[in-house]
Amino acid sequence: MNTRTYLDNAATTPLDPEVFAAMLPYFQRKHGNASSLHEEGRQARKAVEDARRLIAEALSWDPEGIVFTSGATEADNLAIFGLARSRPDRRHIICSAIEHHAILHPCDWLEQQGYRITRIPVDTTGRVNPQSIADAIDDQTLLVSIMAGNNELGILEPIREIGELCRARSVLFHTDAVQAFGRVDLPTESTDLISLSAHKLHGPKGVGALAARPGMRLVPLVHGGGHERGVRSGTENVHGIVGFASACRLMVERRETLVERLSGFRKQLIDGVLRIPGTRLNGDRSGSLPHIANFSFAAIEGESLVMKLDERGIAASTGSACSSPNLEPSHVLQAIGVPIEMAHGSLRLSMGQQTTQADIDTLLRTLPGVVEDLRSISPFKLGDS
Amino acid sequence: MYNEQVMEHFREPRNHGKLARYSAVGKVGNILCGDVMWMYILVERAENGEDIIADISWETFGCTAAIATSSMVSVLAKGKTVDEAITITNSQVAAELGGLPAPKMHCSSLAADALNEAIHEYFIAEKRPIPATLEQRHERIARHRKELEDRYAGFLDQGDRKQQIKGLPGSPCC
Ligand SMILES: Cc1ncc(COP(=O)(O)O)c(C=O)c1O
Repeated sequence: MNTRTYLDNAATTPLDPEVFAAMLPYFQRKHGNASSLHEEGRQARKAVEDARRLIAEALSWDPEGIVFTSGATEADNLAIFGLARSRPDRRHIICSAIEHHAILHPCDWLEQQGYRITRIPVDTTGRVNPQSIADAIDDQTLLVSIMAGNNELGILEPIREIGELCRARSVLFHTDAVQAFGRVDLPTESTDLISLSAHKLHGPKGVGALAARPGMRLVPLVHGGGHERGVRSGTENVHGIVGFASACRLMVERRETLVERLSGFRKQLIDGVLRIPGTRLNGDRSGSLPHIANFSFAAIEGESLVMKLDERGIAASTGSACSSPNLEPSHVLQAIGVPIEMAHGSLRLSMGQQTTQADIDTLLRTLPGVVEDLRSISPFKLGDS
Repeated sequence: MYNEQVMEHFREPRNHGKLARYSAVGKVGNILCGDVMWMYILVERAENGEDIIADISWETFGCTAAIATSSMVSVLAKGKTVDEAITITNSQVAAELGGLPAPKMHCSSLAADALNEAIHEYFIAEKRPIPATLEQRHERIARHRKELEDRYAGFLDQGDRKQQIKGLPGSPCC
């Protein structure tokens, strides 16, 4: 029996057994290279193209525009650099201050090369005001990139409105939908590029896609044999792509019941955690992804909180400085103006399809004591700040 | 990431809390930076006239390494003479714990610094001449604190949104 309580599904999700079963034949029996002419190759090609169609269907997208990648980091990079290289005349990019690093760091790099980057601030819940994007667009603007749902807070961005205003201004709009896909409706008709990742959907790690408008010119980041219509060379990750498509199909099929269940859990988490004194919800109760909730605890530090929970069998994560490789507190918590001492004491809880009522109960039973323990050795007492 | 010794001190921290009676307290770290340690010492005169750290405790806001190093410093210093305790170094704390992950070495310096500051305060309260090494270290700690405060000054200015978005400067905080 698995006695662990895994509440870090925004980091990655366990592979669905059905997805695993769908992938299995492609490791050995159907091992062909999708570029080969023979039977084995044709079989692999068919699997890849079937997967492409399936994912396109889930997005109401033209399969021609789906480019398989090694994940969403590559998809985000391809959107930014691929477009920047194909339209070198436009040297201005707009993104939000709370994008994933897979967007922010490519933008930082371009900024060093002389690009103008506008990082749109967010309000205290993490929402972008579409008007501030409208105000930032000028005739140099290459791309607007705003994530659909934030991976730390769970907050949903008004991407329909943003996509429509970009369209009205003839500016391309990209959204990182890694956390939102399969959990909320995406306004794909008003979006030009979408990044997806399989491992956040109970699919395998190391595979994702960039959905681009067919015909859109993207200069490849990876040159070689001309795979993926020349946009992304490299022998297709057939088993990964098959797993990705299978995961997408299951997410779409199960979405309604899953979202209802997880939304109920999220509400319980918020109500239960906020009963602990000196606690705040980062983000918002409503207008959020159903599977992510983020909290801060006064007088304690998040890394030790995560480690204490881990000791009690609970996996969660934090945006605290001490947990990040660069030793900075999360840019997202900073951007929503979490008081700095509270930003150090953050905890992200995120659920998946395997999450049960027992997991929620375990967390809510364990957390108050753990917080109490850490507060008992902290120099700060509640009410200090 | 952490070895079993570190985890053991994290799980069962020694000498935590605030002493009911203490001679001096050393306060280091900065909440902006994510680590704060307060080290309390009770110094008593032994029969041979030596000053002994008869009791020690700490309160720490920080990561696993910060908590484990606080615990280890208290173990190392307890029962030692003050002169011996002054010689406890960062690297000794880390070594006694069987090593710390590289980005967390900073925490071991914080713990040794907290002890240093407590002893420094004790010397001042007792109006005793302060040994050169203790004073040098005290000055270094004070300089570091000043640097941190200057560096984060912009961040504290909540009116400047841009400053927040750009993020804190990369620093080996904890
Ligand atoms: C919003 C968001 N974008 C991008 C990524 C990166 O995805 P991948 O792990 O597939 O590179 C993640 C997850 O880490 C994410 O949450």
